[in-house]
Amino acid sequence: MPVEFVKEKYNGAINTIEIGNGAKCVKIGGETTLPFLFEEGAMPNQPVIALEVLDTESPDQAIACGGRLLCVRLASIHPDNGNRPADEVIASLGLIFKKCGLPLIIVGCGDAEKDNEVLPKVSQAFKGENFLFGIATQNNYKTLAATCLADGHSIVAESPIDINIAKQLNILITDMGFDPARIVMHPTTTSLGYGMEYVYSIMERGRLAAFLGDKMLSMPFVLFVGQEVWKTKEAKDSIAQGVNWEIATAVSMLQAGGDLIIMRDPAAAKSVMKYIEMVMKK
Amino acid sequence: MALSGLDIYKLLPKTNCKECGFATCLAFAMALAQKKVSLDKCPKVTATAREALESASQPPIKLVTIGKGEDKLEIGNETVMYRHEQKFFHPAGIGCLVEDTLSDNELTARVAKINALTFERVGQKIGVSLICIKNSSGDKTKFVNAVKKVASGSNLNLALYSGNPEAVKESLTIIKDRRPLIICADKAKTDDLARLAKEFSAPLAITAASLDEAAELTDKVKKLGVDEIMIDLKTDDVSKRIQDFTFMRRLALKKNFRLLGYPVLAFTGSNTPDLELAEAVSYVAKYAGLVIVKNIEKEFIFPLLVVRQDIYQDPQKPVQVEPKIYEIGKVTKDSPVLVTTNFSITYFTVACEVESSKVPTYIICCDSEGMSVLTAWAAEKFTAEKIANLLKTSGITEMVGHRKIVIPGYVSVLSGKLEEVSGWKVAVGPREASGIPNYLRSYK
Repeated sequence: MPVEFVKEKYNGAINTIEIGNGAKCVKIGGETTLPFLFEEGAMPNQPVIALEVLDTESPDQAIACGGRLLCVRLASIHPDNGNRPADEVIASLGLIFKKCGLPLIIVGCGDAEKDNEVLPKVSQAFKGENFLFGIATQNNYKTLAATCLADGHSIVAESPIDINIAKQLNILITDMGFDPARIVMHPTTTSLGYGMEYVYSIMERGRLAAFLGDKMLSMPFVLFVGQEVWKTKEAKDSIAQGVNWEIATAVSMLQAGGDLIIMRDPAAAKSVMKYIEMVMKK
Repeated sequence: MALSGLDIYKLLPKTNCKECGFATCLAFAMALAQKKVSLDKCPKVTATAREALESASQPPIKLVTIGKGEDKLEIGNETVMYRHEQKFFHPAGIGCLVEDTLSDNELTARVAKINALTFERVGQKIGVSLICIKNSSGDKTKFVNAVKKVASGSNLNLALYSGNPEAVKESLTIIKDRRPLIICADKAKTDDLARLAKEFSAPLAITAASLDEAAELTDKVKKLGVDEIMIDLKTDDVSKRIQDFTFMRRLALKKNFRLLGYPVLAFTGSNTPDLELAEAVSYVAKYAGLVIVKNIEKEFIFPLLVVRQDIYQDPQKPVQVEPKIYEIGKVTKDSPVLVTTNFSITYFTVACEVESSKVPTYIICCDSEGMSVLTAWAAEKFTAEKIANLLKTSGITEMVGHRKIVIPGYVSVLSGKLEEVSGWKVAVGPREASGIPNYLRSYK
């Protein structure tokens, strides 16, 4: 009995974003349908897993994992955590970049004042490398957006699990002359068991709106899964459970439409990379 | 899919004969759409119209019940594609595989381990729902023995996974009062197993290689008198299966396509625990009604159960704890008093950190309608006035000798106003719950 599929016809598509230059350039986004529905639409770029390291950590383990991008979190610039000056950070980043040869995702410490002081200098030091910088929020986006615009980088725009704020921030950033196809959305990440379902549904809603043609929600999604998972009691209680917690959170986010997943544990990251290979088999 | 009043009106005789008690056929149709009246009131409705209306009033995805009593597993009867449209109603079952090739000791040990897979999380009890006994030996006696042993060793719901109708029949006679799920392992035996399902009024899962075949088999099985059917799709790869699950759900919901309007059964195929977990998580997220896994380690099952808990959480109703005073540890008149919201994730995160600090502490949960601290603050559900009122009415004034309250760091802005309206001294605690142990240990 032949069954006829009900295929959704969407007009919109997710923007494709390039991070890095030349042979090492990584593309994310470009979907024309929900995750892994290959018979309905295209998923031209497979989701990317990037390991996260702190600027003061050795990146060796993360590099060995085989990701195509590396995320460096500038934790040490926080006033309560070393208050490291920009030139030192730039030197560390230079070494990391040389060692890994991968395009970088560079994320500030979360202290708005310090980020606004350090990130522009870092951005300038890597001018033209086409990195991804974060994190712009509704209350603090101008400095980072201006500097990324000047130095040719892409930007992470974060909203607090709120589709309207996500859209609003994308509009504010593009109003500054920023190319919408250089914005990656961070819908906020929460770990499995700590409200993950809110993020899951916000992502689905955003995606459906994008497919229906909302250009200001047509940005790929990045999720910082690692840092959220390893804060939880369940991960701290047992490493084996923590690794599984990170895998389960990452896979859920991929099923909701995640394009770029930042992870902490190398074993968990490798597993999710294998999973992506498995589900991308058409 | 429910029909609108106008859809129904088109199927009615449109004679306005008033015999149904309504002035017009349209009025009757509107009442029907709201399920306020039965179609039987219309004496002139045609057989075709009746069939169309009855079929439309049935749920697009059949509800299937496995087992009996309090812990029976109910799946199906879903109405939406996405959580945010309403909610997912019947949480997917997580089942564990037990093969009949195990030795007696191995089997007993495995069943005991499966029985222990229950957990308490954010105030809810979560656990695996079923044991699936697989006839891997191909031998009838071995299968029946395994079924006996599992049934006597566990109160969990059961599934019989075999292609041997005699083995299934003998097992059913032993455990018929458990209402197990029969899973057809051999397509050629579908008819025999369907007859058994009818005889023992048990649910049946058919096994198909494609959606086309699944539709053929459910049709056939239904005609043999089986009502509660599940579909196990044996397509090769995971991505194809996830796609097919999505298409099945759409066909059932949007086209009212009955032949695929049944809950999905999915076995994991991956051979390593990490990929098996990833695969199982995908099935839970994408519409499976029952997922049967091989790995039964606690650190594997627990995150999987929490994924299910998250995905099936009602988006309109955050899980809440009762707004009241909670005592953690052996509290005294001098114990610190913390205040937070009654969103269960917030409360349990705070309570867990307080516990690990080993400092006996009172936690007062303010009724924030289940919102987290910042959200509740923004929505004015967690205000200085509300907290002050709580201090006055909760009874905390009799429980402690001091008048000092700790508020979450994220709402430090409330402190001035709160001191003013409550008369209590206000201390600002850490922003994240993870800072609580350090904070409490040095708290004066």
